[in-house]
Amino acid sequence: MIRIVKRPEAGRRRNLLIWAGAFVLALLAGAAFLALLGQKPWEIYGMILKGAFVGSRRNPLSAIQATIVKFVPLLLVSLGLTLAFQMRFWNIGGEGQMILGAIAASAFALYTPNLPQPLLAILMLLAGCAAGGLWALLPAVCKVRLGVNETLFTLMMNYVALYLVAYLQSGPWQRTPGFASVGSFSENIRLPKLFGVHIGWLLALALTALIWAYLRHTKQGYELRVAGESQTTARYAGMRVGRIVLRTMFFSGAVCGLAGMIQVAGIDYTLSTGVTGGVGFTGITLAWLAQLNPPAIALAAAVFSILEKGSSSIPPDIMAAEAAQVLQSILLFSFLICEFFRRYAIRWRAAKP
Amino acid sequence: MSTFLNFLSAAILAGTPLLYGTLGELICEKAGNLNLGVEGMMWVGALAGFYAAITSQSAVLALLAAFASGAACAAFYAFLTVSVRANQNVAGLTLTTFGVGLSLVLGHRMASHTAPQLPHELKARLASWALPGGLSLNPLTLPALILCAAAALFYAKTRMGLHVRAVGENPGAADAAGIHVPLVKYVSIILGGGICGMGGAFMSLITANGSWQPSGIVNGFGWIAVALVIFVRWNPLLAVLGSFLFGAFRSMNYYIPNRMAAIPQAFYQMLPFVLTIVVLLATSGRKNARRAEPAALGGSYFREER
Repeated sequence: MIRIVKRPEAGRRRNLLIWAGAFVLALLAGAAFLALLGQKPWEIYGMILKGAFVGSRRNPLSAIQATIVKFVPLLLVSLGLTLAFQMRFWNIGGEGQMILGAIAASAFALYTPNLPQPLLAILMLLAGCAAGGLWALLPAVCKVRLGVNETLFTLMMNYVALYLVAYLQSGPWQRTPGFASVGSFSENIRLPKLFGVHIGWLLALALTALIWAYLRHTKQGYELRVAGESQTTARYAGMRVGRIVLRTMFFSGAVCGLAGMIQVAGIDYTLSTGVTGGVGFTGITLAWLAQLNPPAIALAAAVFSILEKGSSSIPPDIMAAEAAQVLQSILLFSFLICEFFRRYAIRWRAAKP
Repeated sequence: MSTFLNFLSAAILAGTPLLYGTLGELICEKAGNLNLGVEGMMWVGALAGFYAAITSQSAVLALLAAFASGAACAAFYAFLTVSVRANQNVAGLTLTTFGVGLSLVLGHRMASHTAPQLPHELKARLASWALPGGLSLNPLTLPALILCAAAALFYAKTRMGLHVRAVGENPGAADAAGIHVPLVKYVSIILGGGICGMGGAFMSLITANGSWQPSGIVNGFGWIAVALVIFVRWNPLLAVLGSFLFGAFRSMNYYIPNRMAAIPQAFYQMLPFVLTIVVLLATSGRKNARRAEPAALGGSYFREER
């Protein structure tokens, strides 16, 4: 007979060992996948790394810069979602909240393009955060007041947001008739660059530290973690759980909205239905891969963006760029499996005499 | 009149993949597992079904291949959520990422030179039948209808169906009554995943008109199916009506009078999701008598942690 028992909280060394094991398992499983595609796995891994770090001869930094461009929205959305996940609130709506942030920022880019640049950037940033936060607040209010399932509600809101963009593109914000596009925004809205990449990366890294400190060292962070562990405990301790949920969801959506604003003002310079690039969903995978720990999220986001940039630089007749998605999900799958061995032990039980 | 019948036929055609997806997810949710991997399983089924169709020239083998591939993905999801005790949302979402990525990569290889086409003979056999009265029906819609009727009978009338529902409502009590909870979950998840895969095959064989498009074929139908399960209150017979209704939204803009065409197309596409939100709101509440959701949906059950 086998029996599965819970382990006491494992030590740091054992944890690191298991996570390293999970990473190796993912590398091997990914290699098996690439071998099934008829490729030499280690060559492909090498090409991915080369594609992510080695730029062209004229601009050696171009590859790293493109990797960072992918890194910023992944990190931001994942950080935002982590706030909700720490509270065990299933915010699957990062995609929609990011889109709303992009819409709000685009509104300022369209209607007030001639404001002084710093003022315009700040207005777009605030509008993006507010729109994302409010979009997230609706399911949160319904959850608190009516007990509506938030997983499904936030999921549906993604598509409402997506088709809102589709409407704006071919409706009120259409640039040329018959062509579903908002057109390129004025140069005045573009975020300044630092080391060749828009300053969003600086914001994202600062937010990583800020959210880490918020979760670890503030009363609000403590409250939301307690509410995540057990709402009954939180209530018994006199916390107002409803208020905690609303506040946290607003922050969660606001950070996702910020990601949308940065995508518009830093990279796209326009608003399109492809503004998120699926980051709202990838960010969920990322947050759980990193066990909802902000510094680990930054690390995991780096790995994910290397996979994406690296895969996209491989010629498509060798391997399609979407292989990055497969490798990312293999990574999470193997961490999920190894997590079992971190939390549980399998005991062999002798048959009863 | 004939315009209306054409519209009805188009709605059924557009609604059939939704019906497969909805029924598959419904079967999975009845056993208490919310599988957010429907989209991924449908993509994988679309690819496997199409590949089997062009290599074997057989519609039956295509459906079987789609079922098998969807079931294989679901089996892995079941392993993660039931055996390894991973969170259902995380495992399901990752399954979607995996399935979409895998079928885009493999589909790209299949379509590297020219867009592959279904053989003419098979395409002719898969053409819709003209029913007397002016309605037309696709032969691959029939299996979905039969499966729905079977599921409705199974859950309402059989002892095993009662056992499955018990697992979805209260796994602890079901376990105490001697029902093998992990087994019920595994079987339900795998069966449901296979049916989702068949929905994907319907899209690559019929909806996409028999040619593989490298940009993808399923494109969000899996998520609508997840929404539809709520919309139809976990009822397999209502799933038929609900799927065809949502299919009607998809094809509505081709049939409405010109005067109403001022409503932008994006709103028609948004409608299914807004309606689902309305249904979520209308049927929520912890003490709602109309609540049809399996009580233990999305929760994990491990005997040792009871």
